Amino acid sequence: MPWGLLKYGFSKKYPARQDIPPNKELKNSYDVIIIGGGGHGAAIAYHLARYHGITNVAVLDKGYIGGGNTARNTAVIRSNYITPESVDFYKESVELYKQLSNELGYNMLYSQRGQLTLAHSDASMRTFRLRAEVNKQCGVRSEMVDREQIRELVPCLNLDKNARYPIIGGLWHKDGGTARHDSVAWGYAMRASQLGVEFHQRTEVTDIKQSNGRVTGVVTNRGTVNCKDVVQAVAGMSTIVAKMAGIQLPIRTFPLQAMVTQPLKPFVDPLVSSAALHCYISQTARGEIVIGGGSDPYELYSTRSSLDLKEGLIGHLLEMFPFLSEVKLLRQWTGMTDMTPDYSPIMGETPLQNYWIDGGWGTWGFKATPIAGKRMAETVARGRAPDQIRPFSLSRFRTYHLSNEAGATAASH
Amino acid sequence: MKIMHCPLNGPRNISEFAPGGEVTRMPEPSLTSDEAWADYIWMHNNHAGVVTEWWCHVPTSYWFIAERNTITDEIIRTYPASQLYTERMNFEQNAENK
Ligand SMILES: Cc1cc2nc3c(=O)[nH]c(=O)nc-3n(C[C@H](O)[C@H](O)[C@H](O)COP(=O)(O)OP(=O)(O)OC[C@H]3O[C@@H](n4cnc5c(N)ncnc54)[C@H](O)[C@@H]3O)c2cc1C
Repeated sequence: MPWGLLKYGFSKKYPARQDIPPNKELKNSYDVIIIGGGGHGAAIAYHLARYHGITNVAVLDKGYIGGGNTARNTAVIRSNYITPESVDFYKESVELYKQLSNELGYNMLYSQRGQLTLAHSDASMRTFRLRAEVNKQCGVRSEMVDREQIRELVPCLNLDKNARYPIIGGLWHKDGGTARHDSVAWGYAMRASQLGVEFHQRTEVTDIKQSNGRVTGVVTNRGTVNCKDVVQAVAGMSTIVAKMAGIQLPIRTFPLQAMVTQPLKPFVDPLVSSAALHCYISQTARGEIVIGGGSDPYELYSTRSSLDLKEGLIGHLLEMFPFLSEVKLLRQWTGMTDMTPDYSPIMGETPLQNYWIDGGWGTWGFKATPIAGKRMAETVARGRAPDQIRPFSLSRFRTYHLSNEAGATAASH
Repeated sequence: MKIMHCPLNGPRNISEFAPGGEVTRMPEPSLTSDEAWADYIWMHNNHAGVVTEWWCHVPTSYWFIAERNTITDEIIRTYPASQLYTERMNFEQNAENK
């Protein structure tokens, strides 16, 4: 590096860029408090400020921005769900992702290279056919592919008919892709803070104050703050925060484990997923193979990993790509996922008038970050959840109107 | 491999066991409103701390009770269900069938 450049580093004319200003003192009150500074919290704040003119907003996170599941997910973005309400919802999220780099002026490294889901049984073929038809009806690109087409899409896949679970067909979803997860949280947070939103890191909400069916403020480790509305977007901690507001949720918290290999030359373009093997992979722009997603069999509030689960996941990976057996793992990690009984999120109204929930995102909420930001901001600004997210209301459980996405969500992300 | 103590079979790999959810009391169906029944089916305490749960040793289909800590992933103790349920549970016949 030429030494001449160094002077710019010390010059006052070129101050270091600060994406998100450091913590100030908390104000006494805000219009909206958002609990949880993951991608969802940041996106809600951005949409409130940018599209609804609500800028007196504080996002409180007990850790750091985007340090929760937003930092831990495998970045799969797709819309090939099975119920029309979900397909419509995730389809719009994919549309928002496509233009997110432009919207935020921040590179999302969004890459739409298609997702291939493998069927190893006639039962899977039947659901894939249904998904393909529902998807097409809603304007999402999904089609059935046979073994020959699969060979063309992923030449290095193990298509041996004598494999333990031979591959008999697949669902090819051209709209599938990935984005850089940290950019999503940081892009939204940076633009929101430029519009006046305050981000307070290491600020934990410990209690929620209410009177007459309304929330009046939140108690934090840095004092009590009043507000007109509260949104909770805390993923794995959803139950615990909701309990502070006296709200019970149909959520259970399970660890979800993932890992990544050393970088390799590019050999697989689309994302490849097998629900039967509970395993999916994608190759990043750097060449690493991202491997997901093993849910632990029992509930835990912990981000510990376990050798059993990693071994199981790797075993399944090697059934699909046997030649990866000599490859080294670079990193492995775990996040806490907030699982609902029907694998759909919980969005919108709660029994408290001005307390809003954005949770139950389980193992599939990264892809919904932009649309959740948009719809939750509308909800808060208008005081009512818009039609698109009404099927995901908390009240659906009381009326037995579940929105079953188990088949389209479990381990295919 | 994590070890769980089965009250019937002794220490076993945790992969031999299946969790059966928190120990709760089923409300009497004929006396319960639809809303309360929905809550019983769908809502969870999802407690962070010590929980009391049903577990099953799958190879022997043996159901028992376990206390474990959902923060530290420690199994505190396991014991036969007969320690909690000392007499047979009887429910009134469903009102509609009467
Ligand atoms: C291993 C793994 C792989 C995944 N893969 C995918 C995938 O491929 N595709 C996909 O769409 N989704 C995936 N997901 C799911 C996805 O990561 C989440 O659904 C999504 O990131 C949730 O975003 P969020 O902003 O709601 O939560 P988070 O990013 O977890 O943010 C919540 C924040 O709330 C804060 N918080 C919690 N309690 C408090 C409190 N009391 N006070 C203040 N702050 C608090 C936390 O510190 C945290 O920063 C995966 C998840 C995991 C764990």
